[in-house]
Amino acid sequence: MKILVNGAWRETQAAELERALTELGYGASVVSTAVNGEFIAAAQRTRTLLAEGDRLEVLSPMQGG
Amino acid sequence: MLQLYQTQVRSHLMLGTARYPSPAVLADAVRAARAEVVTVSLRRESAGERAGQAFWALIRELGVRVLPNTAGCHSVKEAVTTAHMAREVFGTSWIKLEVIGEEDTLQPDVFGLVDAARSLCAEGFEVFPYTTEDLVVAERLLAAGCRVLMPWGAPIGSGRGLNNLFGLKALRAHFPEVPLVIDAGLGVPSHAAQALELGFDAVLINTAVAQARDPVQMAGAFAQAVEAGLAARAAGPIEARDFAVPSTPLPGTAFRG
Repeated sequence: MKILVNGAWRETQAAELERALTELGYGASVVSTAVNGEFIAAAQRTRTLLAEGDRLEVLSPMQGG
Repeated sequence: MLQLYQTQVRSHLMLGTARYPSPAVLADAVRAARAEVVTVSLRRESAGERAGQAFWALIRELGVRVLPNTAGCHSVKEAVTTAHMAREVFGTSWIKLEVIGEEDTLQPDVFGLVDAARSLCAEGFEVFPYTTEDLVVAERLLAAGCRVLMPWGAPIGSGRGLNNLFGLKALRAHFPEVPLVIDAGLGVPSHAAQALELGFDAVLINTAVAQARDPVQMAGAFAQAVEAGLAARAAGPIEARDFAVPSTPLPGTAFRG
């Protein structure tokens, strides 16, 4: 299925968020996630099912003022 | 000591981490500023690039406390979601809450700010709201549960210093017990000294250091200015007057009488 990852369409075979992150290459990274604008805690990722067209945000630490 | 919620820090100078020429210069600037608190942010991570991971490793090496921000958020929903994401990634309940309302000045949307602050305080966050000098907004933020306020000096990155002295002095006088951190718009160390002289508890500097020709030297200069301002405040500055008062004693002046 296709999901929108950080604003770009990506193909994933993963049914749930945890596997999708690994498949998309975020495996060992310190990241935080939101699906369709809702924060998904790390502990909830294995229980969070993805659907066609979902909007996934994958954020990581960055410089800020 | 500066009390920020349950935490005490010695340094009254906080440093932003954005717009430095290199990570090494950022690290040296943090050391030169003797900053104990630095602001950080969250951005979209590219799986291949992993820039965020390298940045986070650098910050952890510096051993400073991080104050994550919600920069770039224009709605309550975005800011609240970003705060939750920041709490998980950075492992802190501190959040520098920004809800931007206007693009030219990056002025806070104070209505959204109060709403977001209320929601986040109720969820256990320790909120540092980026606000204006407006007294009523400050009152609402405190009622929402904020225990620190971060009024702007001037628009972010403008380097204009304390733009509304009257309003900022009124804010300081109105809330004598609330830690007030001047955030944004300071350009040179004398602006920081002035803020501390007026009784503000701390300043947060980013662009003025990061974009200086020599950011490390400028960070050191700001550290000295903050110390000078703090010492001057403790020493009790004189009141400004409209007319001269002779400093040399008049009795015994030659050629008089």
